[in-house]
Amino acid sequence: MNKRIYLDNAATTKVHEEVFTAMLPYFTQSYANPSAIYTFAGEAKKAVEAARAQVAKIINAGMEEIYFTGCGSESDNWAIKAAAEAYREKGRHIITTKIEHHAVLHTCQYMERQGWEVTYLDVDENGTVSLDALQAAIRPDTVLISVMTANNEIGTIEPISEIGKIAREHGVLFHTDAVQAYGHLALDVEAMNIDLLSASGHKLNGPKGIGMLYIRKGVKIHPLLHGGAQERNRRAGTLNVPGIVGVGKAAEIAGAHMEEKIARETALRDHLITRVLAEIPHCRLNGHRTNRLSNNANFCFRFIEGESLLILLDQLGVCASSGSACTSGALEPSHVLLAIGLPHEIAHGSLRLTLSEETTMEELDFVVDELKKIVARLRDMSPLYEDSMKNQ
Amino acid sequence: MYSEKVMDHFNNPRNVGELENPSGVGTVGNAKCGDIMRIYLDIDNLGVIQDAKFKTFGCGAAVATSSMATELVKGKTVQEALTVTNKAVMEALDGLPPVKVHCSLLAEEAIHAALWDYAKKHGIEIAGLKPPVADVDEREELLFRRPPK
Repeated sequence: MNKRIYLDNAATTKVHEEVFTAMLPYFTQSYANPSAIYTFAGEAKKAVEAARAQVAKIINAGMEEIYFTGCGSESDNWAIKAAAEAYREKGRHIITTKIEHHAVLHTCQYMERQGWEVTYLDVDENGTVSLDALQAAIRPDTVLISVMTANNEIGTIEPISEIGKIAREHGVLFHTDAVQAYGHLALDVEAMNIDLLSASGHKLNGPKGIGMLYIRKGVKIHPLLHGGAQERNRRAGTLNVPGIVGVGKAAEIAGAHMEEKIARETALRDHLITRVLAEIPHCRLNGHRTNRLSNNANFCFRFIEGESLLILLDQLGVCASSGSACTSGALEPSHVLLAIGLPHEIAHGSLRLTLSEETTMEELDFVVDELKKIVARLRDMSPLYEDSMKNQ
Repeated sequence: MYSEKVMDHFNNPRNVGELENPSGVGTVGNAKCGDIMRIYLDIDNLGVIQDAKFKTFGCGAAVATSSMATELVKGKTVQEALTVTNKAVMEALDGLPPVKVHCSLLAEEAIHAALWDYAKKHGIEIAGLKPPVADVDEREELLFRRPPK
C-alpha cells in the first residue's frame, strides 16, 4: 500500500494536535455540565465562554452573538427555518442560489412545501452569483437572502460584501453558509453586513459534531431545538464542551496563521492547476481561476467518469472526491457543475482535490504524474474518446 | 463496496478494445446517468460469437459488467447470447450494490444492441430481441475550447 495522500480536506480535516490536547481535559476531568450551579461546573462554563470568544474574534463578532450547534447543517437549517419564520409577518419569500450546499437547498425546498416562495439564483460559468440578478429578485415580501461564502465543490468565492450591502439597503436579512470559508478566509460580519453565518468545526482542523451560528444582535430567531435554556434559550441541548473547546482552539489557530496558510496553499494549488491543465489534454478547471478557496482545485476530464478515477486514485492511497452521480448513489451528477453550465457526461468526469497545510509539492507532483496515466487508461476504455478521435 | 470479482474485472478488464470489421456493434447508455457502453461482436457463419470487445464510459461497476458480459457471450450462439441477462452478469460478478444494478442492465442492453446491429446487417431475426436506444450530449465541444493564447 502506498503512503496515504489526503486531498479531501473539503470533506473533513485532521484534528490539529493542539486542538486535540485542548479538548482532552473536558472528557475525564472537567466533565461537568456547564449549566449546573456548583463550582465544579464553572471550569467547563469558563472554557465554553473562552471558546465562544475565540470563535467570535476571527469574524469580528461579539461573543454573545455566537451560538453552538451540532453541525454546519444544523446551523443552516436553523438560520433559514427559524429566522424566516420569525419574520413571516413581513412576507414569505427567500432568495438563495442554485449552487448552495444541500443543507441550504433542501431546507429551502422544505420551506417551499411550507408555503414559502424561494428564488434560486443562477450563477455564471465560474459559479459567481450576479448582483444584478440578486437586486432584481428582491421583493417587498423578501425576508431572507442566503448565499454561501465559498462553494464547497468548485471553491468559488461569492461577492458576499456586495451581497451584504444590497441586503442591508433593502432591509432584508442576510445569511451566509460559511462552512467552507470560516477559518480559511478573512471574514468580518460588521464590514460585510452579515446577519447570520453558519460554520462547522471539522472543516478547520477542529472536531466533528460541532457547528456554530453567528446571529447578529437584534436579529429575531426562534429556536430550532426546544427543550432547555442553553445558549440563551435559543438552542436546547447539553453543551458539547470538548467540541466547543476544540473549535475555539481551532479558530484561534486558524486566525493566527490565516495569511501564511493562504499564501502557502495558493502556491501549491496553482502549481497543481497549472500542471494538470498543461499536461492532461481535454481537461478544464471548474470554478473561478483566481477568486477561489486557496485549498480547492476542481477539474473535469472529458470522456471519463469520476468514480472510476476515484477508485484508481484510492488504489494509490490518494483520497479525493468527485461530483459524479456514481459517487453519491444519486442519479444526477453535481448540481453545482450543472449550474455552471456543464452537460451531464462532463459533470460526471469531475475530480475535486482539496489541500491542507500539510500537503506537499511532492505529493501533488505524484498525484499529477499518476493522474496522467489513470486518465489515459480510462480514455483508452472510453467509447466517447474513441468517437472523438475518429471525428478529428 | 464492490465484490472482489467486480474489482478484478475493473482493474484487469477483459476484452477492452475495438474490432476492425465487427459483425455487430451496439452503443447504449445515458449520459445523464454517466454510463455509455459499446460492445463489438465477431460472429461466424454458424452464428457463433467468436470474439467480443468493449469500450465503456462509466463507473467501476459499468466497466466490470462490460468486461463480464463480453466474457460470457464468447462462444455462445446469437440465440444463446440472449441468456446473458443482467441477472446472469450480476451473479457472475458475485453481486453489485443496489445503486449499481442499472450498470448490469446496460451491459445486457449493449449485447442486445450489438446483436440487433448484426441481425439487421444480415437480414435475420433473433427471436425475443428488441431495438436499442442511445443518447449522447453534443454540447460538450464548446466547453473544452481553450481561449487563444
